[in-house]
Amino acid sequence: MTYFNEMFQDGKTRPPYARLANWTESMPAPLRQMKQAEAEALFRRIGITFAVYGEGGDPDRLIPFDMFPRVFTGQEWSKLERGIKQRARALNAFLLDVYGRGEIVRAGRIPARLVYQNEAYEQAVVGIVPPKGVYSHIVGIDIVRTGPEDFFVLEDNCRTPSGVSYMLENREIMMRMFPDLFRENRIQPVDSYPARLRRTLASVAPAKCKGEPTVVILTPGHFNSAYYEHSFLADLMGIELVEGQDLFVEGEFVWMRTTEGPRRVDVIYRRMDDAYIDPLCFRPDSMLGIPGLMDVYRSGGVSICSAPGAGVADDKAVYTFVPEMVRFYLGEEPILQNVPTWQCGKADDCQYVLENLGDLVVKEVHGSGGYGMLVGPKSTQAQIELFRDKIKADPSNYIAQPTLALSTTPTFVEEGIAPRHVDLRPYCLCGESIDLVPGGLTRVALTDGSLVVNSSQGGGVKDTWVLAE
Amino acid sequence: MLLQVNHVTRYVYDRPVRGVVQSHRLTPSVFAGQKVIDWQVTVSDGQKGGSFRDGAGDRIESWSIRGPVSEILVTVTGRVETTDLVGVLKGHKETTPPQSYLRSTAPTEADVALTELAQVGEGEPLAVAHRMAEAVAGAIAYAPGTTHAHTTAAEALAQGQGVCQDHAHALIAMARARGIPARYVSGYLFADAEGQAHEAAHAWAELHVQGYGWVGFDPANRCCPDDRYIRLGSGLDAQNAAPIRGISRGIAEEAMDVTVAVLAAQQ
Repeated sequence: MTYFNEMFQDGKTRPPYARLANWTESMPAPLRQMKQAEAEALFRRIGITFAVYGEGGDPDRLIPFDMFPRVFTGQEWSKLERGIKQRARALNAFLLDVYGRGEIVRAGRIPARLVYQNEAYEQAVVGIVPPKGVYSHIVGIDIVRTGPEDFFVLEDNCRTPSGVSYMLENREIMMRMFPDLFRENRIQPVDSYPARLRRTLASVAPAKCKGEPTVVILTPGHFNSAYYEHSFLADLMGIELVEGQDLFVEGEFVWMRTTEGPRRVDVIYRRMDDAYIDPLCFRPDSMLGIPGLMDVYRSGGVSICSAPGAGVADDKAVYTFVPEMVRFYLGEEPILQNVPTWQCGKADDCQYVLENLGDLVVKEVHGSGGYGMLVGPKSTQAQIELFRDKIKADPSNYIAQPTLALSTTPTFVEEGIAPRHVDLRPYCLCGESIDLVPGGLTRVALTDGSLVVNSSQGGGVKDTWVLAE
Repeated sequence: MLLQVNHVTRYVYDRPVRGVVQSHRLTPSVFAGQKVIDWQVTVSDGQKGGSFRDGAGDRIESWSIRGPVSEILVTVTGRVETTDLVGVLKGHKETTPPQSYLRSTAPTEADVALTELAQVGEGEPLAVAHRMAEAVAGAIAYAPGTTHAHTTAAEALAQGQGVCQDHAHALIAMARARGIPARYVSGYLFADAEGQAHEAAHAWAELHVQGYGWVGFDPANRCCPDDRYIRLGSGLDAQNAAPIRGISRGIAEEAMDVTVAVLAAQQ
């Protein structure tokens, strides 16, 4: 398999990376190692860590940072931006529809079973029209590249996509360590993200809120793997970081305990799954949520971002139908393509998948974080057979995709600089308007040949540049 | 039939509680089979919160009590004019898609025994539904005190005894196993002078039957809901359709005591 190298093509350096060639030449190995150590020290000082589930060891370990930036031209980005915003609009239109009249199901464009029998479909929010008609306020869309013009969407994240703090920190650290690079290259800033997120959240305050809305971030607590990000964003937005016990329901509203007495809360940016947010509506054993929250939400007293029920749009089986959503709701052709996907729940697809397991990537429909997946070409026969049994036992729980030739970008490794596979997660903001900062989180598979970029599977991150036109 | 309801739920705590929040599904459904004459829900020391009609057509009301309180009284009184529609939920406004009631929940998971009990033959969908309801009535004898709030349909069938909640869960599990949308309904039942009916605070199942829409079945009483029944609301299972869901802060022990009287009102 040949891979598209984003920096070098036919022995030449591609234009967006032109000025980086000199940069690496001016940095001999000892200096580079010193810089790498400096970057790590900075990350440690800031305290940015990411807990890795199921691997044992230090839960507060650093996510590896690679100093070699990933670069897009303004032109490349403008196409991506249109594609991302289009997709985010379609996903929200879908959510509003399936909790409303269900036109897309009636029109036969998506099977009713996939939507209404979906575990993430919440009966409790049927008929709810959230402020501005938005269910998913931060849409994280994972994109891979296979050629100069070829971008594919790997998956959508409509609930609470994490990682945006890395986008901001990576930039911060690069600017501190290599200020010259930012003089030589015209790099579009990303530091407006927190202000834009706050504006988005405030724009979906409920009708009952008069005046400046009070916005809070709701976290499950410090044991959550993304807790650092929750507190980081709260700081940058200048809003309160709260846990369930800091909020309570009284009368028609949600209140926050403060030293000056209760204060009404209008918008909750929750970084907690639906199942835990209200023991009166969902899991009765949840100690993390706010009893009665859903009744306040459903009677228009508070906004919840993302809205409960948003998960039905980012299911891996529903994913197949996103291009159809773009056509159905927007009357446009999708700008970003899906990766061809086989549904093991369909007999024909399943047969194909079982016959070609060695070439495919197989994922659980509800899985995330790179767990429970099989990368056929990188697996042993025993691993493949294990998956064959799993798929046979519960076909509809799996989908399969071709093993994509993920693009590579130069990455600092032990031996010097080598190509490593990357993906991209931009964070699209949806409120009164649709907003996107020029950039995102580039994840890199640090192991030679690996195609799994998830930070929970040993992936690293890079600063992502979008050059000004 | 004009029915009069007096329903009092009393919560007693061994030490005072604060920050009590309740979510009620205590207002009769609006459909051709029942017309509310007057209806009132009060909560001692309670402040009324948000109120709305959900996608399933139920009126949801929330209440909060700042406390501290050691006792809470939830009182429901009112009169409803009912009409016998042989179980058919006619004229009920709801938008929740019937297919979404095919999902099973822990208490309504069909095991092998329930799936087998659902094999009552093929035929006209309404007839199949009736046969399944009869099968439940035959397989689970009415025996109060043999099951508890968290007993699953499979457990009730295995022991062959249960109450209306278990009958409803069993029928729901069987229907879903056959691809028929089914849901749990909470309500009241008028007990006649001979005391034939089982429980005044009652529960039954509704199945979505081709050509009829939602139809009620009460395996506990081997019938379809008629003018002795008052329908309050529905859900995927008993917990999901509960007339009262509540929680309080604190570590107090709670004792609950319920009295329900459903009478034929004076015209």
